[in-house]
Amino acid sequence: MSTRTRTEGAAKRAARPAKTNRIGLEKTSYRGRPSTLCKGCGHDSISQRIVNAAWEMGLDQTQVVKLSGIGCSSKTPAYYLGWSHGFNSLHGRMPSVATGAIVANSSLEVIGVSGDGDTASIGIGQFKHAVRRNLPLIYIVENNGVYGLTKGQFSATADEGQFLKYQGVNDLPPLDICMEALTANATFIARSFAGDMKQLEALLKAAINHRGIAVLDIVSPCVTFNNHDTSTKSYGFGRANEIRLHDLNFVPEFEEIEIEDYEDEVEVELHDGGSIVLKKIDPDHDPKDRTAAYNVIQQSLDEKKLITGLLYINEEEPTLTELLNLTDTPLTHLPDEKLRPSREALEGVMATLA
Amino acid sequence: MSVAVREAPIVKPDAPAAVNDFAINVATANGSGSQTSNGVLLRALFKMGIPINGKNLFPSNIQGLPTWYIIRLSKDGFLARREMTDVQVCMNGRTVAEDMERVAPGGIVLYDDSLPVANRRKDVTYYPMPVKDLVKDAKVPRALRDYVANMVYVGVLAELLGIEPAEIEAALLHHFEGKEKAAGLNMEMVQHAIDWASQNVVQHEGYRIERMTGFNEGKILVDGNTAGALGALAGGLSLASWYPITPSSSMAEAVEKYAPALRTDPDTGKATVAVIQAEDELAAIGMVVGAGWTGARAMTCTSGPGISLMSEFAGLAYFAEVPAVIWDIQRMGPSTGLPTRTSQGDILAAYYCGHGDTKHVVLFPADPAECFEFGRTAFDLAEALQTLVFVLSDLDLGMNSHISEPFEYTDAPFKRGKVLSAEDLEERQGSWGRYMDVDGDGVAYRTLPGTRHNMAAYFTRGTGHNEYGYYSERPEDWEQNLERLKRKFETARQLAPRPVLDEVEGAQIGIISLGSNHDGVEEARARLEATMVSTNYLRLRALPIDDSVRTFIDQNTTVFVVEANSDGQLHTVLTTEEPAQALKLVSLAKCDGLPLSARYIVEEIQLAMEEELI
Ligand SMILES: Cc1ncc(C[n+]2csc(CCOP(=O)(O)OP(=O)(O)O)c2C)c(N)n1
Ligand code: SF4
Ligand SMILES: [Mg+2]
Repeated sequence: MSTRTRTEGAAKRAARPAKTNRIGLEKTSYRGRPSTLCKGCGHDSISQRIVNAAWEMGLDQTQVVKLSGIGCSSKTPAYYLGWSHGFNSLHGRMPSVATGAIVANSSLEVIGVSGDGDTASIGIGQFKHAVRRNLPLIYIVENNGVYGLTKGQFSATADEGQFLKYQGVNDLPPLDICMEALTANATFIARSFAGDMKQLEALLKAAINHRGIAVLDIVSPCVTFNNHDTSTKSYGFGRANEIRLHDLNFVPEFEEIEIEDYEDEVEVELHDGGSIVLKKIDPDHDPKDRTAAYNVIQQSLDEKKLITGLLYINEEEPTLTELLNLTDTPLTHLPDEKLRPSREALEGVMATLA
Repeated sequence: MSVAVREAPIVKPDAPAAVNDFAINVATANGSGSQTSNGVLLRALFKMGIPINGKNLFPSNIQGLPTWYIIRLSKDGFLARREMTDVQVCMNGRTVAEDMERVAPGGIVLYDDSLPVANRRKDVTYYPMPVKDLVKDAKVPRALRDYVANMVYVGVLAELLGIEPAEIEAALLHHFEGKEKAAGLNMEMVQHAIDWASQNVVQHEGYRIERMTGFNEGKILVDGNTAGALGALAGGLSLASWYPITPSSSMAEAVEKYAPALRTDPDTGKATVAVIQAEDELAAIGMVVGAGWTGARAMTCTSGPGISLMSEFAGLAYFAEVPAVIWDIQRMGPSTGLPTRTSQGDILAAYYCGHGDTKHVVLFPADPAECFEFGRTAFDLAEALQTLVFVLSDLDLGMNSHISEPFEYTDAPFKRGKVLSAEDLEERQGSWGRYMDVDGDGVAYRTLPGTRHNMAAYFTRGTGHNEYGYYSERPEDWEQNLERLKRKFETARQLAPRPVLDEVEGAQIGIISLGSNHDGVEEARARLEATMVSTNYLRLRALPIDDSVRTFIDQNTTVFVVEANSDGQLHTVLTTEEPAQALKLVSLAKCDGLPLSARYIVEEIQLAMEEELI
C-alpha cells in the first residue's frame, strides 16, 4: 500500500513520462470502449488481462481481430483493443466466422471470446470442429456456469446439483470445456481463473504464441446470477479451491530467457519463438502428455477442485491454414490477376467440355 | 414418374420420318451404371451436331430405385422436356408398364428381353434386346460384365437410329478421360450390340438421327453447377465452404475439381482458393460471412434445407452489411421434400431470408453461360452493395447437361466496392463512420481487418448501431439505419442484372418467367405463335425488380407469371411490389418435380384464352 498522498502521487505521475511498450505505445492505447457489464463481473477482469498481455507483448492492434458470439462475455471485445477490428457475431457461431476470417487473411492474430452457453450449449458443435481443425485461433471461454445475458438460466457447464434462483436445481452433469477440447484433439488447453492476474496473463501470452488453436477455459464469476460459494464458478470457490499446476512465466522471443532460480522448471518452446516456463507444483504433470492432461481434468472434476494452468500443449500438429496449402501472401492481399485463372487455363477447361 | 398421355405424336402414320426431332427415354435402375451409357449417348449426339438436352430423373436412393434419362433431340433447337416419349428403352422391369404408357403412338420400345412386357400396344413397335446373351458373348471379362450391360442399348439405338459409332467411341474416350482400356471394353460391348442389331433388327422408318451443322459448332456441353463453379473461380473466389446436399454438392465438387488447374499460383505452386467442407450449413455460411467481412470473395452452395439453417446468418449479413454469396440449387420442398427433383420453391425464402426486416438481392441464371457470368457478378454485387447475394439455380439447370456457348474470359477488374485503405484514412484525417451514407446511395464505406492504420478499426455487430458502428438503442439511430438500408436496396435495383426482353410487334399477352423455365417458355411461345397467338416475354434475372418490369406489365393486357413451384412465389412478389397491376398478373405455377414443359405453358394459356380471362 502506498502511503503517499494523492496530490504527491499525481505530481509524480505528471513528471514521469508515461510508460510505453516496445512499439512505443502507452497501455491506454490498448483499451476499448467503457464496459457496460455489472460491476465485479469476472469478464471485465479478463478484458483487463487481455489489454495487459497485448500491451506488454507490444502487439500491433491493427493486425489483431477480436471475434465473439453472443452473451455478456461476447460483448467484451468492444471493451479492449480499440484499434482492432471486432465482430460480435451470432450465438454459438463465432468459430465459423473465425474460420472464414483466418482463411481469408492468415496473417491476422485472431482472438475469439465466448461464454459457456455460447460454447458448451448452443455452440458445442462449432467449438469442437474448430478445435478439430486446429484453427489458429485463441479461443477464450469466459465460463460462469450460467447464461448471464438472458438473466440466469443454467448453461451446459453448470454444476450438477447447483441451485439458481429462477430455475431451481440443475440435475444434469456439466460438460467440461477442457475435456471437450481434449477429446477433439486441441493442441493447447489451459484453465485459469479471472481473478488470477499473473497466471492468466502468462497463459494469454503463451496462447498468442501458439500456432494452432489455444483453448482457454477461464472461470469467470457472474456476480449477478451465479456467485454463491457453492458454485464452482464463484469467486469464493475459485479463491478457496484453486490449485495451480505450475507457476507460469511467459518469455517473449525478444526477451532473453532468463529464469529466476525456480526449481523443477520446464520450458516449453512456442511456435513464434517465445516460451512458457512452468514451475512445477505438481511435479508429475507433463503438459505434453495427453493422458496426463486427461487425468488432471478428471481429477479436477472428481475432487471439485479448480486445477489451473497449462494442461496440454502440442506444437507439432499442422493448422488448418497449413493444411490448405494456401499462398504465403494472405488471400485478401492477392491482386486480381492472382485471383483468377489465366486465359489459357480457362480455355483449357473449355476444351475438355467441347 | 407418371405423366398423362396427352401430347400428339410427332410421327403420324405414313408421315415422313422424324429426323433429329424426338425424345428418347431410357428407364433403368439407379446405380446400374446407366449414367455412363446415357452420358455417352448424349455426347455422341452433341458431336453429331444435333441440338440435344439430357435430363436425368433420378430417385433419392443409391441403388435399385427407378431412374429415367430423357434425351430431347430438336433440329430447331427446342430443348425443354417433352412430356411424351418417342423412343423408349426399358431396362427396368419395375417400370415397364408405366414406361409403356408414356410412349407416343407410332413410337418404339426397346426392351431387355428378360423383362416381362405385358399388355403390348398395337400402335407401338417393340424390339427385344437379348441383353444377357450379348453381354455373355462380348469379349468382356466376366467381372466387368455388369458394368457394360447398359452399353447394349447404346449399340442397338446406334444401329436403329443412325448414331455414328465413331462418335460413341470418342464419347467413351472423353468419359474415361483418355483411358483407352476402359473406353475400349465398353466400345467392345457397343460394337457387339451394333453387329447383333444389324443382323436382327429391322430399321424403323419413323425416327432417324442424321449429322447436322449450324447449331453445336464451337459450343460446349456442361451442367449449371460446373458453370457456376467455374464462374466463381474466374470471378475471384477465395473461400468456398459447403455441406453436402443434393443437388448442390456437385457445385462444390466442381470448385474442388477445377481449383488446381485454375487457381494455383504459378509463382509459388500454392493455392489461391480454399475449399472447406463444413460441419453443417450454419458453419458453412458463418465461414463465408467471416471471410467476406475480412475482404475475401466467399461463397457457399446449398439447397432448401440448408437455406433454412443459414437464415440467421443471412439476417446478420444483411444488417451488419457483410458481402457474401449463397448459391441455392433448388430442389422440391418443403422439408426434405423430393431431394432429387427440381423446383423453384425457394424464391420467397431467399428474398426475405432472415428475421426482422430483410430483403436480399437474388439472381436467377437461366443457362450455364449465365451461371458462369453470375459466378462473378454475384461477388461484384455483394461487394459493391456490402450485402448478401443469393443465386437461385435449380436441379434441372444445375445437374443436367446443356449446350452452351463457351464461357467468355474477362480480365476486367473486380468491383470491390467502397473500401478505405490506410492511405485513404490518412487523407481523411478526421473520423469516418462505418455506416455513414456519404454518397447518398445507401452504401457506406468499410475498412478491412488488417488495415495498418489506427483509425481503421470498427466494431461489427448485429445489434443496433449508429453511423459509427457504436451500440445504440436510440429510436432515431435505428430508423435512420433502416432508411439507409432501404436506400441501398434502391441502389441494388439499379445494379442488379436487368431483365431480358423479347417483344413482338402487336402482341398483347405477356409472359414473365425466370431461370431454367426459359427453354419451356421459348418453345411454348413458338407453338403459340403457330396458332396465331403472339406473346411478349420478360425473363427476370434478379430481384429486386426494376422499372422495366412495371413498363412490361403496363404494355400487356395480361401477363402470365410462369414458375416451377406450387404457391406462385414470383407472382406473389410481383403482385406485392406492383399492386396497381396485380389484376393483370396470372399465375402459372406448376410443381411436380419435373422441368416445365412447353406443353404445360401452351395449354394453360390456351385455357385462359378459352375461359376469356384474356
Ligand atoms: C439464436 C439465439 N438464441 C438465443 C439467444 C439469446 N441469448 C443471448 S446470450 C445467451 C446466453 C449467453 O450465455 P453465455 O454464453 O454463457 O454468456 P454470458 O452472458 O454468461 O457471459 C442467450 C441464450 C440468442 N442471442 N441467439
Ligand atoms: S449478468 Fe453476470 S455475466 Fe453478465 S455482466 Fe452481469 S455479472 Fe457479468
Ligand atoms: Mg455464461
